[in-house]
Amino acid sequence: MSATAMITPEQRVAKLVDALKTAFEEKGYTIEQDFGEVTMTVPREDLLDTLFELYGQAPVFGFEQLIDLCGVDYSTYGQVEWETNSASSTGFGRGVNRDAEIDAQKADRFAVVYHLLSIENNVRLRVKSYLDSEQPIVGSVISVWPVADWFEREAFDLYGILFEGHPDLRRILTDYGFVGHPFRKDFPLSGHLEMRYDPEKGRVIYEPVSIESRTLVPRVIRDDNRYMNEESN
Amino acid sequence: MPEIRNYTLNFGPQHPSAHGVLRLVLEMDGEVIERSDPHIGLLHRGTEKLAETKPYNQSIPYMDRLDYVSMMQNEHAYVLAVEKLLGIEAPIRAQYIRTMFDEITRILNHMMWLGTHALDIGAMTVFLYCFREREDLMDCYEAVSGARMHAAYYRVGGVYRDLPDEMPRFAASDLKRDKSELDRLNENRQGSLLDFIEDFTDRFPGCVDEYETLLTENRIWKQRTVGIGVVTADRAKALGFTGPMLRGSGVEWDLRKKQPYAAYDKVDFDIPVGLNGDCYDRYLVRVEEIRQSNRIIRQCVDWLRENPGPVMVENHKIAPPKRAAMKSDMEGLIHHFKLFSEGYCTPPGEVYAAVEASKGEFGVYIISDGANKPYRLKLRAPGFAHLMAMDEMAKGHMLADVVALIGTMDVVFGEIDR
Repeated sequence: MSATAMITPEQRVAKLVDALKTAFEEKGYTIEQDFGEVTMTVPREDLLDTLFELYGQAPVFGFEQLIDLCGVDYSTYGQVEWETNSASSTGFGRGVNRDAEIDAQKADRFAVVYHLLSIENNVRLRVKSYLDSEQPIVGSVISVWPVADWFEREAFDLYGILFEGHPDLRRILTDYGFVGHPFRKDFPLSGHLEMRYDPEKGRVIYEPVSIESRTLVPRVIRDDNRYMNEESN
Repeated sequence: MPEIRNYTLNFGPQHPSAHGVLRLVLEMDGEVIERSDPHIGLLHRGTEKLAETKPYNQSIPYMDRLDYVSMMQNEHAYVLAVEKLLGIEAPIRAQYIRTMFDEITRILNHMMWLGTHALDIGAMTVFLYCFREREDLMDCYEAVSGARMHAAYYRVGGVYRDLPDEMPRFAASDLKRDKSELDRLNENRQGSLLDFIEDFTDRFPGCVDEYETLLTENRIWKQRTVGIGVVTADRAKALGFTGPMLRGSGVEWDLRKKQPYAAYDKVDFDIPVGLNGDCYDRYLVRVEEIRQSNRIIRQCVDWLRENPGPVMVENHKIAPPKRAAMKSDMEGLIHHFKLFSEGYCTPPGEVYAAVEASKGEFGVYIISDGANKPYRLKLRAPGFAHLMAMDEMAKGHMLADVVALIGTMDVVFGEIDR
């Protein structure tokens, strides 16, 4: 048992935050501590250097494991299908707003999120970097964490985020010949194509979807005082 | 001189030892694997995207269907993440119940793994033995949740209901008409669920001895597993291995000990670690894990007997009120209606919660923008990282060893394809 086992998780996190601040604060990265987890947001240009530093500097950081890598599409962040805030002044709206506006050109539309784990220090870190929608390209980290291979393929497949230097950036989860990036917010839940066996043609055919998307439970954000107090405690 | 060239072999997706829908494209030089390229995604259902369109509670049943042989552990990771976001904690009795069922699930999973792994390599009997014990544990699942597999038993804020006082018994049917046969089957089902589980923990170590008699010193088993798919400790870390795959390579890392959740810091157990990082060591690690799980279950049974209490938080914004309250009390009715129609909103933020699932670290990453549905849900499946290492582990091995490797990775496509 090393000395790290003796200290509490809170102390480990505090130690990590101190180390991150010493190493990266002057570069202006934001280091947040929330829900007992540490998130560092790094500009895209510095992302690879920062990640390599986090991997390499052994006793301080030594993040040997990349636990997870994923993409996020922030284009509808904070949008709701049902207004609850204005209910008291304008009456209660019962209609669901299904046509959420998607700002496809949003400046920081995409993000890549890396979840790192240091086995030695028993601490986790989340590194996040925002990408624009025009050219969502970021460097590949395969050279350091080979596990990133499939995670990067997945982020490419589902979000269309490109990883520069990836040797084999193919689709991974979707069908052969799939068009589009299904986890983007402007991709409908029902998809665009449906397939069935056509007995006349004697093969499987693809057609435009015939079902209509429904919203069973509208998406609402309630930030009235009652909920705020209850949940921030 | 005939021309000698490599050829490509398609393995799966419909192959019994592909453990589901794995399509492997193998480039072979004779019978030696040069390169393997797993094609996954045949079971991709878009769970993460579906969860974005549902209130938090409605996604719990989807979690069962990820790693469909360790159902409750997936639920556990999900409810832990939502609880972290809401800043609530389940009552202590619920924590113990979760610990107990996590370990029951681990045994379920490892029984399935052992049975199919051995079946793939040619040992038929083990499969039958393993499924005999799995049956009893599935009855425990059924007793608490009504479902043998997809339980949806863990809820945000606790578990759905307390353990039943009576273990369901076999009833006479067309197939089971013989009274003495029925009595024999119902013999250990006369008491509560805890009595049944206690009885199980008493006889289970003997069952594990039976499996070990069949395999551990078995010459064929050793020939098929020793020295196959060796991964060094450093390489295992770099390849993102977790769980028994990492411990088989000699890294002592177990979230139950290192970052304890539920009641794992209150029970006593050991972490087995392998030495050589081959299929045989991973087998030994998992078998010892089964024994340790049995130990944990026993401790939980003893604790649960002595300590009755609530199994769900009292906050009716998150947990439904009692049925009686719903029928007689206006508040209760409103709470019930709002909870099951709209759900609850979480504070904005992002959380990652992980559990030591049977296969490795199963993590749930939720980004919330304050709505009643997650903005983004990412599931970190251990099998995804393990299967990625297939190319590296299979290189230079024979075709028949690929089957041993698929077995040792314990792949389940529900979680890999999500």
